[in-house]
Amino acid sequence: MNSQVGESSISGSSRAQTILYGAAALIAVVGLAEATYLTVMYLVGETAVCGGSSDCFQVLGSSYARIGRVPVSGLGALAYFSAFSFATFAGFGYAPARRFFSWTVIAMFCTTLWLLYVQAFRLHAFCRYCLFSAALIFLLTGLVVARPAGERT
Amino acid sequence: MKRLLPFIIVIAVGVLAVGGGAYLYRTKRPAGPRLSKIESGPASGTVHVLGPENAAVTIEEFGDFQCPPCGRLSEPINQLQRQYNIRVIYRNFPLPMHAHAREAACAAEAAGRQGKFWEMHDLLYREQDVWSHSMDARALFEAYAGMLQLDLSRFRNDMDSNEVQEQVELDQRRGAAIGVRTTPTIFLNNQAVAPGDTNPDKLPPMVENAVKGAKPSS
Repeated sequence: MNSQVGESSISGSSRAQTILYGAAALIAVVGLAEATYLTVMYLVGETAVCGGSSDCFQVLGSSYARIGRVPVSGLGALAYFSAFSFATFAGFGYAPARRFFSWTVIAMFCTTLWLLYVQAFRLHAFCRYCLFSAALIFLLTGLVVARPAGERT
Repeated sequence: MKRLLPFIIVIAVGVLAVGGGAYLYRTKRPAGPRLSKIESGPASGTVHVLGPENAAVTIEEFGDFQCPPCGRLSEPINQLQRQYNIRVIYRNFPLPMHAHAREAACAAEAAGRQGKFWEMHDLLYREQDVWSHSMDARALFEAYAGMLQLDLSRFRNDMDSNEVQEQVELDQRRGAAIGVRTTPTIFLNNQAVAPGDTNPDKLPPMVENAVKGAKPSS
Protein backbone atom coordinates (compact mmCIF):
# COMPACT_ATOMS: atom_id res chain seq x y z
CA MET A 1 0.00 0.00 0.00
CA ASN A 2 2.74 2.38 1.05
CA SER A 3 4.69 1.41 -2.01
CA GLN A 4 1.70 2.27 -4.23
CA VAL A 5 1.33 5.69 -2.61
CA GLY A 6 5.04 6.27 -3.11
CA GLU A 7 4.90 5.34 -6.80
CA SER A 8 1.82 7.46 -7.33
CA SER A 9 3.54 10.39 -5.64
CA ILE A 10 6.65 9.99 -7.78
CA SER A 11 4.55 9.74 -10.93
CA GLY A 12 2.56 12.86 -9.96
CA SER A 13 5.74 14.77 -9.20
CA SER A 14 7.23 13.72 -12.51
CA ARG A 15 4.12 14.86 -14.36
CA ALA A 16 4.13 18.20 -12.54
CA GLN A 17 7.80 18.57 -13.38
CA THR A 18 7.17 17.90 -17.06
CA ILE A 19 4.32 20.40 -17.16
CA LEU A 20 6.30 23.04 -15.29
CA TYR A 21 9.41 22.78 -17.43
CA GLY A 22 7.30 22.42 -20.57
CA ALA A 23 5.60 25.71 -19.76
CA ALA A 24 8.98 27.30 -19.03
CA ALA A 25 10.36 26.07 -22.36
CA LEU A 26 7.34 27.47 -24.17
CA ILE A 27 7.73 30.89 -22.53
CA ALA A 28 11.45 30.86 -23.34
CA VAL A 29 10.72 30.11 -27.01
CA VAL A 30 8.39 33.12 -27.20
CA GLY A 31 11.12 35.28 -25.65
CA LEU A 32 13.69 33.82 -28.03
CA ALA A 33 11.53 34.76 -31.02
CA GLU A 34 11.08 38.30 -29.77
CA ALA A 35 14.75 38.81 -28.92
CA THR A 36 15.80 37.39 -32.30
CA TYR A 37 13.43 39.80 -34.04
CA LEU A 38 14.84 42.77 -32.11
CA THR A 39 18.41 41.68 -32.85
CA VAL A 40 17.70 41.52 -36.58
CA MET A 41 16.02 44.94 -36.45
CA TYR A 42 19.11 46.29 -34.73
CA LEU A 43 21.44 44.77 -37.33
CA VAL A 44 19.52 46.21 -40.28
CA GLY A 45 19.21 49.60 -38.61
CA GLU A 46 15.43 49.44 -38.26
CA THR A 47 15.41 49.81 -34.51
CA ALA A 48 13.95 53.16 -35.33
CA VAL A 49 10.68 51.85 -36.71
CA CYS A 50 9.65 50.27 -33.43
CA GLY A 51 5.97 50.10 -34.24
CA GLY A 52 5.76 53.85 -34.68
CA SER A 53 6.55 54.54 -31.03
CA SER A 54 9.02 57.29 -30.20
CA ASP A 55 9.47 55.93 -26.66
CA CYS A 56 10.48 52.62 -28.11
CA PHE A 57 13.04 54.27 -30.38
CA GLN A 58 14.37 56.24 -27.44
CA VAL A 59 15.00 53.01 -25.51
CA LEU A 60 16.25 50.74 -28.30
CA GLY A 61 18.32 53.51 -29.86
CA SER A 62 19.99 54.42 -26.55
CA SER A 63 23.48 53.49 -25.41
CA TYR A 64 21.89 51.15 -22.83
CA ALA A 65 20.59 48.96 -25.66
CA ARG A 66 24.05 47.71 -26.54
CA ILE A 67 27.24 46.62 -24.85
CA GLY A 68 30.09 47.70 -27.07
CA ARG A 69 28.86 46.69 -30.50
CA VAL A 70 26.68 43.86 -29.23
CA PRO A 71 22.94 44.57 -28.92
CA VAL A 72 21.41 43.68 -25.56
CA SER A 73 18.62 41.94 -27.50
CA GLY A 74 21.25 39.55 -28.92
CA LEU A 75 22.38 38.68 -25.41
CA GLY A 76 18.71 38.28 -24.50
CA ALA A 77 18.27 35.80 -27.35
CA LEU A 78 21.21 33.78 -26.03
CA ALA A 79 19.78 33.87 -22.51
CA TYR A 80 16.34 32.75 -23.70
CA PHE A 81 17.90 29.94 -25.73
CA SER A 82 19.87 28.81 -22.68
CA ALA A 83 16.74 28.92 -20.52
CA PHE A 84 14.85 26.96 -23.17
CA SER A 85 17.60 24.32 -23.41
CA PHE A 86 17.91 23.87 -19.66
CA ALA A 87 14.13 23.73 -19.23
CA THR A 88 13.88 21.09 -21.95
CA PHE A 89 16.61 18.94 -20.43
CA ALA A 90 15.15 19.41 -16.95
CA GLY A 91 11.73 18.37 -18.26
CA PHE A 92 13.29 15.16 -19.53
CA GLY A 93 14.71 14.44 -16.10
CA TYR A 94 18.29 15.72 -16.37
CA ALA A 95 18.82 16.84 -12.78
CA PRO A 96 21.79 19.24 -13.28
CA ALA A 97 19.79 21.17 -15.89
CA ARG A 98 17.35 22.27 -13.17
CA ARG A 99 20.08 24.13 -11.35
CA PHE A 100 21.38 25.75 -14.55
CA PHE A 101 17.82 26.72 -15.45
CA SER A 102 17.33 28.40 -12.08
CA TRP A 103 20.58 30.34 -12.28
CA THR A 104 19.90 31.46 -15.86
CA VAL A 105 16.42 32.71 -14.96
CA ILE A 106 17.72 34.49 -11.85
CA ALA A 107 20.38 36.24 -13.95
CA MET A 108 17.73 37.23 -16.51
CA PHE A 109 15.49 38.50 -13.72
CA CYS A 110 18.26 40.69 -12.28
CA THR A 111 19.09 42.07 -15.74
CA THR A 112 15.40 42.80 -16.31
CA LEU A 113 15.19 44.76 -13.07
CA TRP A 114 18.18 46.82 -14.16
CA LEU A 115 16.67 47.46 -17.62
CA LEU A 116 13.33 48.47 -16.08
CA TYR A 117 15.17 50.87 -13.80
CA VAL A 118 17.02 52.36 -16.80
CA GLN A 119 13.78 52.85 -18.71
CA ALA A 120 11.93 54.38 -15.76
CA PHE A 121 14.57 56.60 -14.22
CA ARG A 122 17.25 57.27 -16.82
CA LEU A 123 15.49 57.27 -20.17
CA HIS A 124 12.00 58.13 -18.93
CA ALA A 125 10.58 56.02 -21.72
CA PHE A 126 9.29 52.47 -21.95
CA CYS A 127 9.70 50.16 -24.91
CA ARG A 128 6.77 47.81 -25.43
CA TYR A 129 9.05 45.00 -26.62
CA CYS A 130 11.14 45.33 -23.47
CA LEU A 131 8.05 45.31 -21.27
CA PHE A 132 6.78 42.19 -23.00
CA SER A 133 10.14 40.53 -22.46
CA ALA A 134 10.10 41.62 -18.80
CA ALA A 135 6.67 40.01 -18.41
CA LEU A 136 7.98 36.74 -19.87
CA ILE A 137 10.95 36.76 -17.51
CA PHE A 138 8.71 37.44 -14.53
CA LEU A 139 6.66 34.42 -15.58
CA LEU A 140 9.81 32.29 -15.79
CA THR A 141 10.88 33.55 -12.38
CA GLY A 142 7.44 32.68 -11.05
CA LEU A 143 7.86 29.14 -12.33
CA VAL A 144 11.27 28.85 -10.70
CA VAL A 145 9.87 30.05 -7.38
CA ALA A 146 6.73 27.92 -7.66
CA ARG A 147 8.59 24.65 -8.12
CA PRO A 148 8.03 22.04 -5.41
CA ALA A 149 10.72 22.18 -2.72
CA GLY A 150 12.18 18.84 -3.83
CA GLU A 151 12.80 20.27 -7.31
CA ARG A 152 15.06 23.07 -6.12
CA THR A 153 18.34 21.26 -6.34
CA MET B 1 15.28 7.48 -28.48
CA LYS B 2 13.83 9.25 -25.43
CA ARG B 3 17.37 10.11 -24.31
CA LEU B 4 18.03 11.82 -27.63
CA LEU B 5 14.74 13.69 -27.77
CA PRO B 6 15.77 16.77 -25.68
CA PHE B 7 18.91 17.14 -27.83
CA ILE B 8 16.81 16.98 -30.99
CA ILE B 9 14.30 19.55 -29.65
CA VAL B 10 17.02 21.98 -28.52
CA ILE B 11 18.95 21.71 -31.79
CA ALA B 12 15.74 22.10 -33.82
CA VAL B 13 14.75 25.26 -31.94
CA GLY B 14 18.30 26.63 -32.24
CA VAL B 15 18.35 26.01 -35.99
CA LEU B 16 14.88 27.52 -36.33
CA ALA B 17 15.91 30.66 -34.42
CA VAL B 18 19.12 31.15 -36.40
CA GLY B 19 17.43 30.31 -39.72
CA GLY B 20 14.45 32.53 -38.99
CA GLY B 21 16.74 35.37 -37.95
CA ALA B 22 18.85 34.97 -41.10
CA TYR B 23 15.74 34.93 -43.28
CA LEU B 24 14.38 38.05 -41.58
CA TYR B 25 17.75 39.74 -41.98
CA ARG B 26 17.83 38.96 -45.70
CA THR B 27 14.35 40.36 -46.23
CA LYS B 28 14.91 43.46 -44.12
CA ARG B 29 18.45 44.52 -44.89
CA PRO B 30 18.87 47.66 -46.99
CA ALA B 31 19.32 46.85 -50.64
CA GLY B 32 22.05 49.47 -51.16
CA PRO B 33 20.22 50.77 -54.18
CA ARG B 34 21.61 52.82 -57.04
CA LEU B 35 19.49 55.87 -57.35
CA SER B 36 17.90 56.51 -60.66
CA LYS B 37 18.13 60.08 -61.87
CA ILE B 38 15.59 62.24 -60.08
CA GLU B 39 14.84 65.63 -61.46
CA SER B 40 11.95 68.01 -61.16
CA GLY B 41 8.93 67.09 -63.17
CA PRO B 42 5.32 66.21 -62.77
CA ALA B 43 6.11 62.95 -60.97
CA SER B 44 8.43 64.45 -58.37
CA GLY B 45 6.62 67.70 -57.64
CA THR B 46 8.77 70.42 -56.08
CA VAL B 47 12.44 69.60 -55.72
CA HIS B 48 14.58 71.63 -53.34
CA VAL B 49 17.98 72.19 -54.90
CA LEU B 50 21.01 74.24 -53.95
CA GLY B 51 23.92 74.79 -56.33
CA PRO B 52 24.32 74.74 -60.11
CA GLU B 53 22.69 72.14 -62.32
CA ASN B 54 26.00 71.22 -63.96
CA ALA B 55 27.89 70.79 -60.68
CA ALA B 56 30.50 68.04 -60.73
CA VAL B 57 29.11 66.52 -57.55
CA THR B 58 25.52 66.10 -56.44
CA ILE B 59 24.41 65.12 -52.97
CA GLU B 60 20.86 63.99 -52.55
CA GLU B 61 19.62 63.60 -49.02
CA PHE B 62 16.49 61.91 -47.71
CA GLY B 63 16.15 63.53 -44.32
CA ASP B 64 13.91 63.76 -41.30
CA PHE B 65 13.97 67.10 -39.49
CA GLN B 66 13.59 65.39 -36.11
CA CYS B 67 16.38 62.87 -36.68
CA PRO B 68 19.48 63.87 -34.66
CA PRO B 69 22.05 62.42 -37.11
CA CYS B 70 20.38 64.44 -39.91
CA GLY B 71 20.73 67.53 -37.75
CA ARG B 72 24.42 66.88 -37.17
CA LEU B 73 24.95 66.48 -40.91
CA SER B 74 23.09 69.60 -41.96
CA GLU B 75 25.80 72.19 -41.39
CA PRO B 76 28.68 70.11 -42.81
CA ILE B 77 26.66 69.64 -46.02
CA ASN B 78 26.02 73.38 -46.17
CA GLN B 79 29.75 74.01 -45.78
CA LEU B 80 30.58 71.53 -48.54
CA GLN B 81 28.04 73.19 -50.80
CA ARG B 82 29.58 76.61 -50.24
CA GLN B 83 33.17 75.41 -50.45
CA TYR B 84 32.92 73.29 -53.60
CA ASN B 85 29.74 74.71 -55.15
CA ILE B 86 28.25 71.23 -55.28
CA ARG B 87 24.60 70.52 -55.94
CA VAL B 88 22.48 69.55 -52.94
CA ILE B 89 19.00 68.08 -53.22
CA TYR B 90 16.85 67.61 -50.14
CA ARG B 91 13.88 65.27 -49.91
CA ASN B 92 11.58 64.73 -46.96
CA PHE B 93 11.51 61.34 -45.33
CA PRO B 94 9.81 61.88 -41.94
CA LEU B 95 9.97 58.69 -39.91
CA PRO B 96 6.76 57.64 -38.18
CA MET B 97 8.32 57.34 -34.74
CA HIS B 98 9.24 61.02 -34.67
CA ALA B 99 6.17 62.78 -33.34
CA HIS B 100 6.78 66.15 -34.99
CA ALA B 101 8.82 65.13 -38.06
CA ARG B 102 5.97 65.20 -40.52
CA GLU B 103 4.73 68.56 -39.25
CA ALA B 104 8.26 69.91 -39.53
CA ALA B 105 8.49 68.66 -43.11
CA CYS B 106 5.22 70.45 -43.86
CA ALA B 107 6.58 73.61 -42.24
CA ALA B 108 9.65 73.49 -44.48
CA GLU B 109 7.49 72.88 -47.55
CA ALA B 110 5.17 75.72 -46.55
CA ALA B 111 8.17 78.02 -46.17
CA GLY B 112 9.31 76.78 -49.57
CA ARG B 113 6.03 78.05 -51.03
CA GLN B 114 7.29 81.51 -50.08
CA GLY B 115 10.81 80.86 -51.38
CA LYS B 116 12.41 80.15 -47.99
CA PHE B 117 12.69 76.38 -47.88
CA TRP B 118 16.41 76.33 -47.17
CA GLU B 119 16.19 79.03 -44.53
CA MET B 120 13.50 77.01 -42.73
CA HIS B 121 15.49 73.80 -43.32
CA ASP B 122 18.53 75.28 -41.56
CA LEU B 123 16.44 76.77 -38.77
CA LEU B 124 14.60 73.51 -38.10
CA TYR B 125 17.84 71.58 -37.82
CA ARG B 126 19.51 74.27 -35.73
CA GLU B 127 16.58 74.38 -33.30
CA GLN B 128 15.84 70.66 -33.50
CA ASP B 129 16.50 70.03 -29.84
CA VAL B 130 13.98 72.70 -28.83
CA TRP B 131 10.94 71.87 -30.94
CA SER B 132 11.52 68.11 -30.80
CA HIS B 133 10.76 68.16 -27.09
CA SER B 134 8.01 70.71 -27.25
CA MET B 135 4.39 69.84 -26.55
CA ASP B 136 3.33 72.39 -29.14
CA ALA B 137 5.85 72.21 -31.94
CA ARG B 138 3.49 73.93 -34.34
CA ALA B 139 3.60 77.14 -32.31
CA LEU B 140 7.38 77.09 -32.63
CA PHE B 141 7.20 76.47 -36.38
CA GLU B 142 4.97 79.51 -36.67
CA ALA B 143 7.45 81.49 -34.60
CA TYR B 144 10.21 80.42 -36.99
CA ALA B 145 8.04 81.50 -39.92
CA GLY B 146 7.76 84.87 -38.22
CA MET B 147 11.53 85.04 -37.78
CA LEU B 148 11.93 84.38 -41.50
CA GLN B 149 9.45 87.16 -42.20
CA LEU B 150 7.01 84.88 -43.96
CA ASP B 151 3.38 85.75 -44.51
CA LEU B 152 2.05 83.94 -41.44
CA SER B 153 -1.53 83.33 -42.52
CA ARG B 154 -0.34 81.96 -45.86
CA PHE B 155 2.22 79.81 -44.04
CA ARG B 156 -0.52 78.37 -41.80
CA ASN B 157 -2.79 77.66 -44.74
CA ASP B 158 0.02 76.08 -46.73
CA MET B 159 1.06 73.86 -43.83
CA ASP B 160 -2.45 72.41 -43.72
CA SER B 161 -2.96 72.31 -47.47
CA ASN B 162 -3.34 69.08 -49.40
CA GLU B 163 -0.60 70.17 -51.81
CA VAL B 164 2.02 70.38 -49.06
CA GLN B 165 0.90 67.09 -47.48
CA GLU B 166 1.03 65.41 -50.88
CA GLN B 167 4.49 66.81 -51.57
CA VAL B 168 5.82 65.25 -48.36
CA GLU B 169 4.12 61.95 -49.20
CA LEU B 170 5.51 62.07 -52.71
CA ASP B 171 9.05 62.43 -51.36
CA GLN B 172 8.45 59.54 -48.97
CA ARG B 173 7.02 57.28 -51.66
CA ARG B 174 9.93 58.10 -53.93
CA GLY B 175 12.39 57.26 -51.17
CA ALA B 176 10.61 54.04 -50.26
CA ALA B 177 10.54 53.01 -53.92
CA ILE B 178 14.33 53.21 -54.20
CA GLY B 179 15.00 51.42 -50.93
CA VAL B 180 15.32 54.28 -48.43
CA ARG B 181 14.49 52.98 -44.97
CA THR B 182 16.34 55.17 -42.51
CA THR B 183 17.55 58.72 -42.26
CA PRO B 184 19.80 60.29 -43.25
CA THR B 185 20.09 58.39 -46.50
CA ILE B 186 22.57 60.10 -48.79
CA PHE B 187 23.25 59.58 -52.47
CA LEU B 188 26.53 60.90 -53.78
CA ASN B 189 26.36 61.26 -57.56
CA ASN B 190 23.45 58.82 -57.60
CA GLN B 191 25.40 56.26 -55.58
CA ALA B 192 24.05 55.31 -52.15
CA VAL B 193 26.47 56.17 -49.35
CA ALA B 194 26.82 53.39 -46.76
CA PRO B 195 24.81 54.19 -43.60
CA GLY B 196 28.00 54.10 -41.52
CA ASP B 197 29.51 56.88 -43.66
CA THR B 198 26.66 59.37 -43.36
CA ASN B 199 28.21 61.37 -40.56
CA PRO B 200 30.18 64.62 -40.30
CA ASP B 201 33.51 62.75 -40.04
CA LYS B 202 33.23 60.49 -43.05
CA LEU B 203 31.01 62.30 -45.54
CA PRO B 204 33.14 65.44 -46.16
CA PRO B 205 36.26 63.48 -47.23
CA MET B 206 34.11 61.38 -49.55
CA VAL B 207 32.67 64.51 -51.14
CA GLU B 208 36.13 66.08 -51.42
CA ASN B 209 37.41 62.96 -53.18
CA ALA B 210 34.44 63.02 -55.52
CA VAL B 211 35.10 66.69 -56.33
CA LYS B 212 38.78 65.98 -56.98
CA GLY B 213 37.98 62.92 -59.08
CA ALA B 214 35.33 64.65 -61.15
CA LYS B 215 36.25 65.82 -64.63
CA PRO B 216 35.64 69.50 -65.22
CA SER B 217 32.28 69.88 -66.89
CA SER B 218 32.15 71.81 -70.11
